[in-house]
Order: sequence, then C-alpha cells, then structure tokens
Amino acid sequence: MNRDLSLLIGILVALLAVVLLWVFHSTLALDPGQRLASLAMERLPETGVSNPVTAVLLNYRAYDTLLELGVLLAALLGIWSLGPPRPGFQRAGPALAAMVDWVVPLAILTGGYLLWVGGHAPGGAFQAGALLGAAGVIMRLAGHANAGLPSETWQRWLVVLGAGVFTLTGLLLAFTGYGFLTYPPGQAKWLILLIETAATLAIGVTLAAAYVGGRPQPTAPPPPPLVTSASAEADR
Amino acid sequence: MDLILLLFDAVLLITLLALALAAILSSDPRRAVMLFIAFGLWLSLVWARLGAPDVALAEAAIGAGIGGALMLAAARRAARQQTSDRGEPS
Amino acid sequence: MIAQFLYGGAGILLFALGLWSLLVHAPLLRKLIALNIMGAGVFHVFIAIAHRGDALPPDPVPHALVLTGIVVAVSATALALALNSRLEQGENEPEPASSPSPGPRIHMQPALSTEPSSKGATHP
Repeated sequence: MNRDLSLLIGILVALLAVVLLWVFHSTLALDPGQRLASLAMERLPETGVSNPVTAVLLNYRAYDTLLELGVLLAALLGIWSLGPPRPGFQRAGPALAAMVDWVVPLAILTGGYLLWVGGHAPGGAFQAGALLGAAGVIMRLAGHANAGLPSETWQRWLVVLGAGVFTLTGLLLAFTGYGFLTYPPGQAKWLILLIETAATLAIGVTLAAAYVGGRPQPTAPPPPPLVTSASAEADR
Repeated sequence: MDLILLLFDAVLLITLLALALAAILSSDPRRAVMLFIAFGLWLSLVWARLGAPDVALAEAAIGAGIGGALMLAAARRAARQQTSDRGEPS
Repeated sequence: MIAQFLYGGAGILLFALGLWSLLVHAPLLRKLIALNIMGAGVFHVFIAIAHRGDALPPDPVPHALVLTGIVVAVSATALALALNSRLEQGENEPEPASSPSPGPRIHMQPALSTEPSSKGATHP
C-alpha cells in the first residue's frame, strides 16, 4: 500500500485511540454505581456451583452460552460446506508417534478433570473442550488424516450434541413449569454438569473438525498395514 | 511495594504491546503467526495477573493453541505458495 | 485505579494497533491476525474493568462474556481460514472457460490509479 496513505490511516487511528483513552479515563473517574458482581456473588449458593464464572455461564446467562454453541455449530457447517479437507500429513516417526500415544490420553484425561473441577475452581466446558480439540490437532499432525474423529455420522451427532442437549433441557424445564433454562432448586448442579459434558464433547469435536477443515469423508481410507499405526488406532 | 507492583505491571504491558507490534509488522507469514501465538500466551499471563484464571486458561488453550495451530497451517501453505511463485516467473 | 487505567489503556492501544494493521496490510492472513489482536484488545478492556483492585474478588460477569467471546473469535477465524484456503484453490486452478478475458481483467486494477497510461499499455 501507498506509504503516505498508511501514514494517514495511522494518524487517524491514533486520534481514535486518544479519544477512546480519554473516554475510558473519564468513565473510570465516575462512580461505578451498582455493579453486577455483588449481586452475582450474593446468589452464588443457589446456582449449584461455587465457581462464579461457571455460574454466570451456565446459570445466570445460560442463553449466551447456548447461542455461542450455536455460533460454533454454524461456523463448522460453513467450513464443511466448502468441500473436502486437504490431505493429512505424513505418518509420524517412531519418536513422535510414541509421544502422541502418551500426550493424547493425557489431554483427554486433563479435559475430564477440567470439566469436573469447573464447578468449584477455574476450569469448565470450554477449557475441557479445547483440550479435546487439541488432542485431535495433535493426532492430525501425527498423520491421522481425520484427527482421530469417528465416522461421519457420529461426527454429525456429536457436533449438535452440545446445543441439542442444552435446548432439550431448557424445553423440558419449560414444560415442567420452570422457565426456559431456570433450574429447579437442588438439581441445578446435575443439570449443569449434564449440559457441560455435552458441551465439552461438542466443542472438542467441533474444534478438531475445524482443524481438519473440510466435510468429513463418508468412507475412511483403510489404515496402512503398519504395526505401529495399528496399535495407535486401537488406542483411541 | 506498590511501586514494585506498578513496575511489574508496566513490564507486563510493554512486553504485550511489543509482541503485538512485532506480530503485526512481520511480513513473513510463519513468523507473524508464531509471534501471534507468543502474544496470546503472554496475554493469558496478564489475565492471570488480573485475577481471571478461567479466561487465562481458555485464551491459552483456545486462542493461542487452537487458533495458532489453525493459522500455522494456513501460514505454511502461504509460505509454500510464495516460494513457488518466486520459482516460476509469471 | 491507576493499574486499572494502565491495563484498560493497553487494551485500547491493542485495538488501535490491530485496526491500523487491518486497514493497511493486504494479505488475508495478516488481516486475520490484526482482527484477532483487535479482539484481544477488547477482551483486555473487559478483563481490566472486571478487576477491582487486588483486595476484592473480580467481577465474574465480564469474565464469562470474554470466555464466550474467545470461542466465537476462534470459530470465526477457522471459518475465515477455510474460506481463504478455498480461495487459494480457486486461484491455483486454471480457469475452466479459457476465454481471452483474463488479460483485460488483470489490467483493470492498475487502470484505477493510472487512467491515461493504461491505454498506452495495451498496444505493444
């Protein structure tokens, strides 16, 4: 691009930044007033979880999370509609393959831990799902062309699992007399855990499928007759 | 004590801005993406300092990890295309 | 208070840096990195506002919003990269209908800036 033009754009953006900084500074100088934090902390014992961020995500503002799972699903559908994926990488050498055999189960285990611990400490469905997705990325990098994902039909079911379980739970609660996604007292913890488990699986599969970057092929190519690859296939 | 903490904050933020600037200004795609990953990891460190461990975990795993892996694959293709374009004059 | 302004201000600077790079740099991957840095700046302002000094616990509501935002940003990035990859495939493939149109179409872009000289360039 033209050097003068980029300088002009730089000056304009810098002016915008100065205005924003001034607005931010004068906002900070004002009295913050009633903040949501105290209200959120006050009602925390009723939410079924003791991690305030998980409480906001899955109880106070569960709509946000449901819609966000919808956005994730829409993005994946967009990626799938663009055609088949590129061919995968070549098979990993013995050292990398051995490391993958260790790292992938550890990532899945850590994901499960993060999912469980999210109720009362930092963690939760997103972090756990990201770890599952990362396990898929590692497997694709090590030469598994479909990132360790199951068949196409299973992938399609798993991807809609998060938004599906979320919506079904909400509708069921609405029909039984509570509001949409208003948990009955005493059962919030288990309902949240159910939704989070489904969301974790969906997020993990979605992220791994997004990394593969194309519509899943209906028939997986037969694995090459190697002893090491056969044992790696059996591991998952 | 307060001054030391302020100095610590300043170092964190200056490094963050420097990493962002370096990621923006590098024209080699692979270099830019690697600097972006470093930026994301540093950002998660800063958020851990601000008392947001949940968000820091998510940024390190999703923003820097998966986003970085996606971008690295694209950068690899872009770099390969650049060299192939240079090889055959069009 | 001053720490909050420092952190929030850094977020605004990140936003401005990303905006500048988005407007100035042409390659799609660089634009995408710039867009992600803009988003990181916005998230940073949220986290800075949520931080209420070292004594009080931070506000969980902005944290949850940022958590949602990170996932949405990555899914948008993944979609953009897939579109970009598809675009590259289209560019690499030879055009199926080999009409004589490619010549003038390539000359269209410089014609915007150098109107009189483009006419002279058509004849050898």
